[in-house]
Amino acid sequence: MSRTILAVDDSASVRMMLSFTLKESGYRVIEAADGRDGLAMLKNQAVDMVITDLNMPNLDGIGLIRGIRENPTTRFTPVIMLTTESQDIRKNDARAAGATGWITKPFGPEQLLAAVRKVIG
Amino acid sequence: MNDHYRRIFREEASELLIELETALLDLEQSPSDIDLIGRVFRALHTLKGSSAMFGYEEAAAFTHEIETVFELFREGGGAVGKELIGLTLQARDLIMAMLTASGESTGDLADRARQMVASFQMQVPVAATAMSSTPTASHPLPAAVPAAFHIRYQPGEETFRSGVNPVTLFNELHLLGECRVTVITDAVPPLEELDPSRCHLAWEIHLVTDAGIDAIRDVFIFAGDDELEITPVEATGEAAKENGNRLSGNSQEAAADSVVAEPAGMEPGREAISSIRIPAEKLDTLVNLVGELVTVQARLSQTAAGRDDAELVALAEEVERLTGELRDSALGIRMLPIGSTFNRFRRLVHDLATELGKEVDITCHGDETELDKTVIELLTDPLIHLIRNCIDHGIESPEVRVAAGKPRQGTVHLSAVHSGESVIITIADDGAGIDRQAVHERGLQKGLIPHGVELPDRELLNLIFSPGFSTSQEITSISGRGVGMDVVKRGVDALRGNISVASEQGKGTAVTIRMPLTLAIIESLLVQIGTDCYMLPLSLVEECLELTGNDAARANGRHLINVRGQIIPYIRLRDRFGVCGAPPAIEQVVVTELDGKRVGFAVDHVIGGHQTVIKSLGKVFRNVIGVSGATILGDGTVALILDIAELVQAEEQAEWAA
Repeated sequence: MSRTILAVDDSASVRMMLSFTLKESGYRVIEAADGRDGLAMLKNQAVDMVITDLNMPNLDGIGLIRGIRENPTTRFTPVIMLTTESQDIRKNDARAAGATGWITKPFGPEQLLAAVRKVIG
Repeated sequence: MNDHYRRIFREEASELLIELETALLDLEQSPSDIDLIGRVFRALHTLKGSSAMFGYEEAAAFTHEIETVFELFREGGGAVGKELIGLTLQARDLIMAMLTASGESTGDLADRARQMVASFQMQVPVAATAMSSTPTASHPLPAAVPAAFHIRYQPGEETFRSGVNPVTLFNELHLLGECRVTVITDAVPPLEELDPSRCHLAWEIHLVTDAGIDAIRDVFIFAGDDELEITPVEATGEAAKENGNRLSGNSQEAAADSVVAEPAGMEPGREAISSIRIPAEKLDTLVNLVGELVTVQARLSQTAAGRDDAELVALAEEVERLTGELRDSALGIRMLPIGSTFNRFRRLVHDLATELGKEVDITCHGDETELDKTVIELLTDPLIHLIRNCIDHGIESPEVRVAAGKPRQGTVHLSAVHSGESVIITIADDGAGIDRQAVHERGLQKGLIPHGVELPDRELLNLIFSPGFSTSQEITSISGRGVGMDVVKRGVDALRGNISVASEQGKGTAVTIRMPLTLAIIESLLVQIGTDCYMLPLSLVEECLELTGNDAARANGRHLINVRGQIIPYIRLRDRFGVCGAPPAIEQVVVTELDGKRVGFAVDHVIGGHQTVIKSLGKVFRNVIGVSGATILGDGTVALILDIAELVQAEEQAEWAA
């Protein structure tokens, strides 16, 4: 059974790039435009992993991770955060909030897939 | 990434540029509004990230420089000057131009971008230092010689709550090289205090790899500094250094040290720390001796059972138990995970795909499945052949695939799973599948199919394994299959394996190989026909039934038996082997299942399960159909081991001929 990944980013093109790359590799991808949207989707959809941007309107990546960790059903779900190299401090915040790992932007398909394989095998 | 995606990206980028412009103009009105600075930063940030991903590296690098400036304001506060806003607006126009530029104008744009970066640096002297540290991922050369590392990984208690699954990390380490993982359970609390959502475990890993310490660090890239210790193991094999070099610290010097210390590469001494290399022949001798011992033990048990001597029976049982353990561990020594073989195929797939101008990905499942070393070695060539076929003939060129509505990239999937006494290896591709029409025509041409006979699908597909399908060039270009499949089949058969193919036109092809776990010993069912004994591989046996004369009469002489409503054909081995004499009134039918087909074998008596040490038949008898080997029974007599697949196949062929 193919695994489902939730991609959360306010940029439609990044979402598209994520879902294009992941679908090519046989994953199922659902998309959300921001943290709030993402949490709402998680309520009625089980996912194997979440990839989220950090800076987003409404609810940012850190808020999304906190929400995910508070919910018993998604408590152990791996979350990969998309960051830039200039956000080291925020990276620590993300880690404290319960992010599994991060990918530094800009990234290519190989880096993305390597990170996904790393957390969900 | 095709043009469609780029177009959507450009549409989005122009929205972002408008947002950037609006935010900058607002900022001009209230230059220290932190929210507005945040808006500018976010727009730049998103723009940078996505332009890099869609191949606009120059625009991304340029945007990065501007973003860095605004980050300083975002972090440190302060008012953004009018000059900087003006400059940023110009930069915005330049980004726009870079994203829409085509061909010759790009060089000019790059010059303008360089000038502008310089102006930015003059504007914000503080930012200059930050700017010089553009993202340059340092990739020091990996250590070329294999080196041993001791890794201690002790994730924090909260690890599971951040979604980390240590198993995936260990799987990744296995890809780097030979690795042994030991779990440390010291910190696990008593059951009543145990919180399963917390991680109480730590792991010690011994890894021999030529990838260097940076590759190991990459595996644990998401682990915190305090969770991990990596120590290069000294070449002399003495105990690991007391204080391991912390990853975050001087790990690179550590890697360099180990290279200097061990120029000779992976010497046995390094591995001797916890494993021993021995020549394979010694193992073979051991396995042969264990085989002999199993035979003698069977005789002992049989003799003991025949005498009324409690002490002897107890001794025989003891010997039986020990022999069983000895056999399992002796065979276990020879077991190797198939993963290393799979890894070799990754490279093969990559090279072949490049050579043929195709895009192919390889996925593997069941790397850890263990198989006898000999089986793995002998299986490598057939597998390479099959993978070649997949890529050469199965998977279509990217253009054809896209036209057929499939992803550009084809996939070859390898999997290995244990199933009873055998291992099932599957090589599947999502290519064009087998053209049955072409196979049919070729079969007619070669005289493999009698005229006017419509073969069942399975048998039709199995024709590709026939000799004579192999050399034909024209069929491979039409049907996409058939190069040397008979060679593959012969290779698999020689290992007492069994090969089958399933294919759906346009969807792909899957070749399944069923291999015995080991070549030396099998569990079998001992049966008797007349005065002779035969063995059926127990892994294939489903059940045993009685066959009375009445049953035979009810089926009107046809060899069919009704098993709980299901009609199963059976082969009378008495007839097959031409055994003289009258059968008993009640015969036994041993029902076997092979590739989803159930076939019965009528025998006189079923004696019972038996540990069978396989002795190969000599040159003269090697090609006898239906017999794969022989064994020596407890009383010293010889029993033949039946090859069920061959017997069934021979019977089917005889039926067509009739």
